[in-house]
Amino acid sequence: METRATRISLWAWMLLVVLFLYAPIAIIVVYAFNESNIQSWPIEGFTTKWFASTWHNQEVRDALLLSLKAALAATAIAVVLGTAGAFAVSRFKFFGRETISFVFILPLALPGIITGMALNSYFVTVGSPFTFGLRTIIVGHATFCVVVIYNNVIARIRRTSPSLLEASQDLGADGWQTFRFVTFPVISTALVSGALLAFALSFDEVIVTTFTAGAQNTLPLWIFGKIRLGQQLPQVNVVVAVIIALTIIPVYLAQRLSRESGILRRE
Amino acid sequence: MTSGVESAGRPSWAARRRLSAVFWRRGWLRGLLLLLLPLAFFALIYLAALVVLLISAFWSVDPLTTELVRTWNLDNFKTVFTEPTYRTIAVRTIGIAAAVTVTDAIVALPFAYFMARLASPRMRALLFVLVLLPLWASYLARVYAWRLILAKEGALNWTLDRLGLPTLDIAYSNWAMWIVFSYIWLPFMILPVYAAIERIPDSFLEASTDLGAKGWRTTRSVVLPLAFPGLVAGSIFTFALTLGDYITPTLVGGASSQFIGNVVYANVGIANNVPFAAAYATVPLLVMALYLVVAKRLGAFEAL
Repeated sequence: METRATRISLWAWMLLVVLFLYAPIAIIVVYAFNESNIQSWPIEGFTTKWFASTWHNQEVRDALLLSLKAALAATAIAVVLGTAGAFAVSRFKFFGRETISFVFILPLALPGIITGMALNSYFVTVGSPFTFGLRTIIVGHATFCVVVIYNNVIARIRRTSPSLLEASQDLGADGWQTFRFVTFPVISTALVSGALLAFALSFDEVIVTTFTAGAQNTLPLWIFGKIRLGQQLPQVNVVVAVIIALTIIPVYLAQRLSRESGILRRE
Repeated sequence: MTSGVESAGRPSWAARRRLSAVFWRRGWLRGLLLLLLPLAFFALIYLAALVVLLISAFWSVDPLTTELVRTWNLDNFKTVFTEPTYRTIAVRTIGIAAAVTVTDAIVALPFAYFMARLASPRMRALLFVLVLLPLWASYLARVYAWRLILAKEGALNWTLDRLGLPTLDIAYSNWAMWIVFSYIWLPFMILPVYAAIERIPDSFLEASTDLGAKGWRTTRSVVLPLAFPGLVAGSIFTFALTLGDYITPTLVGGASSQFIGNVVYANVGIANNVPFAAAYATVPLLVMALYLVVAKRLGAFEAL
């Protein structure tokens, strides 16, 4: 249908867009090996010395540890809440069912500053259980991670035929056994891929974190602070390059997991 | 179900059986139990926080003691809408969000068309992953990459210099923000547009050609109208995400690149005037609400 000229220009456009998407990522990885302190292009020499110095930077280590703790805990909370919500909404009809999906999506749909600011002033007002630190970061992250799990699980449940559960019950399984041997295997890959995405989302989050972290630094907050002040840029380069490599892996895995839907492949 | 047989001898079995029968008969009970946890979490923390925030927009702060004064008034909103500085910042934020949306639409459309129509199934799958991955590769890392690229001694000017073109001095400016935002949110535009174009049946395009339409005419009269809901769906992301950002303006913007988000952040963190911040934050909220209503009219939600 398309003429030869159109085809060629569309090919060229596609290549340009891929270049546009990946050139910055490639450049940032190259900068991690920059010998010089000055961040100019092209880099002045090749070195891996910044990797070692970053690894021994206590600030980076603390920030990394805090980020990992927060992301793990927020993901765990989101898995429980998101799965429960997904089952309730997909299996039962009740008043206000549509509103629930809407409420879950809000923290992701509203601008981060609104979520962050709301939580910040709420934590200040309520006080006691919410003293700023790891706990408030986890709560803040959990709010927007729930929807990722919820969406993944609900999509899988909707593609699963309810007759499977009825068959299980007809064969004499009780509620727990049905969950353990039928429901859970069906949703497990969706759950894992949702959890990986939630983890990546939490690990990378800046805006809500700035409002809920208090004096603590997660890794993104550390990076943000250093870039803004122009300090320790060689180490920032290393951290950023490593993070890119690390976030791409779970997302790639999640992508693969959500494609193969286990025993209930319908397509 | 081997373990069903194994556990049949245990004493707890009968009780568990009865309990599961109760839950099976009373579906609403199970539903309620499942909902209790997530609902309590959202109601007690997230929704409560939002409500407190909205209410506090009508309060004020004592300028001397910086204590919260809980008397209802519209002063904050008056300041937001009459003070020229705040109006300029709001107009800048909305303007750049609109420019980013249009740019992304123009970049995404031919790319999505290629993905849906010209690429082989394997290539399509590859492009899909290629578009998706940057979305998850650290936001800060990608903004920072552009800070390095656009710097005076950065990769952009080096390339321009090699090509014999004049160098650009666009680091820390609104131009830089425009480029970076367009870059960061581009995948959000490509994916829904691709989904919309992929759904156009081949026969539509063949019919258009059979009726004598040349390439451009088919694009304008068949592809564009059918891709439009996808474009609107993508624009919700690009527009909303730009509207609420303050990290990119801080990192790549210049002295006169403040966004609504920057003012809000400064008022919460430094000035400690949450009521005013809350009032100003209603501007992007209202703009988005309006945008969503229009988008719904244009059929964007079926394309998501």
